Amino acid sequence: MKKRNVVIFSAINNWLKHFAYELQCQFLFSVKMVRAVFSRPFYYTETLEQMYNIGIGSLYLIVLTGIFAGQGFALAFSVELADFGAKNYLGRIMAISIIRELGPVLAGLMVAARVAAGITAEIGAMKSSNQIDAMVAFGVDPIKKLAVPRLLALMVMVPALAVVCDVIAIFGGWIIALFIAHVTSTMYWAAVKERLIFGNLFIGILKPVIFSFVIAFVSCFKGFTSEGGTKGVGKATTQSVVVSSITILVVNFFITKVVFSLIKGWL
Amino acid sequence: MAMIEFQNVTFAYEDKPVLRNVSFSVAQRESLVIMGPSGSGKSTTLRLILGLECPQEGTVFVDGENICKMAEKDKRELRKKIGMVFQAGALFDSMTVGENVGYYLLEHTDLSFEEIGERVRKMLGFVGLNADEIIDKLPEELSGGMRRRVAIGRALLSTNPKIMLYDEPTTGLDPAAIENILRLIMKLHDEKEIATVMVTHQIADAFAVADRFVVIHDGEVAFDGTLEELRASTDERVQQFLEPFRKSFTKVANSHFINGL
Ligand SMILES: Nc1ncnc2c1ncn2[C@@H]1O[C@H](COP(=O)(O)OP(=O)(O)OP(=O)(O)O)[C@@H](O)[C@H]1O
Ligand SMILES: [Mg+2]
Repeated sequence: MKKRNVVIFSAINNWLKHFAYELQCQFLFSVKMVRAVFSRPFYYTETLEQMYNIGIGSLYLIVLTGIFAGQGFALAFSVELADFGAKNYLGRIMAISIIRELGPVLAGLMVAARVAAGITAEIGAMKSSNQIDAMVAFGVDPIKKLAVPRLLALMVMVPALAVVCDVIAIFGGWIIALFIAHVTSTMYWAAVKERLIFGNLFIGILKPVIFSFVIAFVSCFKGFTSEGGTKGVGKATTQSVVVSSITILVVNFFITKVVFSLIKGWL
Repeated sequence: MAMIEFQNVTFAYEDKPVLRNVSFSVAQRESLVIMGPSGSGKSTTLRLILGLECPQEGTVFVDGENICKMAEKDKRELRKKIGMVFQAGALFDSMTVGENVGYYLLEHTDLSFEEIGERVRKMLGFVGLNADEIIDKLPEELSGGMRRRVAIGRALLSTNPKIMLYDEPTTGLDPAAIENILRLIMKLHDEKEIATVMVTHQIADAFAVADRFVVIHDGEVAFDGTLEELRASTDERVQQFLEPFRKSFTKVANSHFINGL
């Protein structure tokens, strides 16, 4: 028998130790990953393959979510704006909210759900069947071979998908504007164009680039550190999606907060 | 000079002790067979040689250097000179048989794709597989024995290994394939002047390959010596390990299955 509070304190202590250790592992892993980007050899084929998988593979998902999310936004906004007789501003609000927030976050979350799970499962399965060890035994750096191509592919493709999402969502808004909110095409597009300024576009690209690093880092780390066979891989995959999604939302908030105050002049 | 040397190596997976104060060495051109009951730490020994794990106490020297103290880059260079057949094969399941067998060449040489394909076909022939039939298949489409042979082919097809490690390479194969593979292992051993370490439960294979034997029992070296010494050993653990083999061979002899035995 142990005293309750002793048990609780030691549990907290263990948890803190574990947390610190985990943090250290993650830090070392991210350093390794970034260093591997800049050292040879560079795996072209793998990178292209991943770009195709991630980019083309996620396209339909992005188009589908983009169009419905854009229409949803436009519906809600147009009703509110109508109260103020400001329906002509619909294009402006759509452009700002979609380019700065909705497009990047939606693309980030969709890729996190679809691709992060895939990456973690693949690397985890390779680990549990000794394939990673075999790679190491052949004198190949698994981080360079597996993680770096995925990181680079994500860094190119998530921003590209975010742009696609932006375009589709704004287009979806246009449909609502035209047929439901009764805003003329010219009005809508003129208002959209007004907000296509450097600051907005910069944030709209910066965010998905950072999200892509979050996704690549979390999913590879979870894959490489998965343990305990098939069940462990399953657990790691779930964690990978949850952690990368939450991190994306949190990071999104801080980018909005910090970067906005830095580049206010261009907004 | 010793290519591989274990000095008082003690190793545990997290809190599970596996090896205790293990010392042995393998010279260049020497072939060592490691035997011992299941779970005694044989595969772990091979992992230590590759530097996939590092001992808590003692040192593992490979080619004169402490592999656990080397820089990552030097480790990779050293590992390029080591071939390894994993116990479960560890084939890359998203690559074709051809890409698996040619992995070393694809990864580390500038040979043309055709040239590599040529060598892969030859190697598949060597390990007794029909190259035309399986070269573009995925490992999951092969039988267990075929996969094992592909794994062996993959380890053998490197440019100039100095050390070859085999973890139960012949388990689950038919006698003809075993014969082929043992011949291949010995051919490589003799031609390339390498150090060979083979883990096996098959005593006949051990005798075919080994210059020296190490018996690991419960994480300790129970025996280290030549065939004569093994035969003469009075160590209880060695006796206990060898007894079943003696019995089964006597059975075969008594059945007059093999002429003159
Ligand atoms: N990754 C691991 N984590 C924890 N324990 C492990 C791990 N790998 C092996 N072990 C344990 O280490 C001990 C030695 O394992 P090892 O694989 O070296 O045995 P072995 O001699 O190769 O056996 P076998 O003849 O069955 O292949 C076993 O008791 C095993 O349970
Ligand atoms: Mg084993």
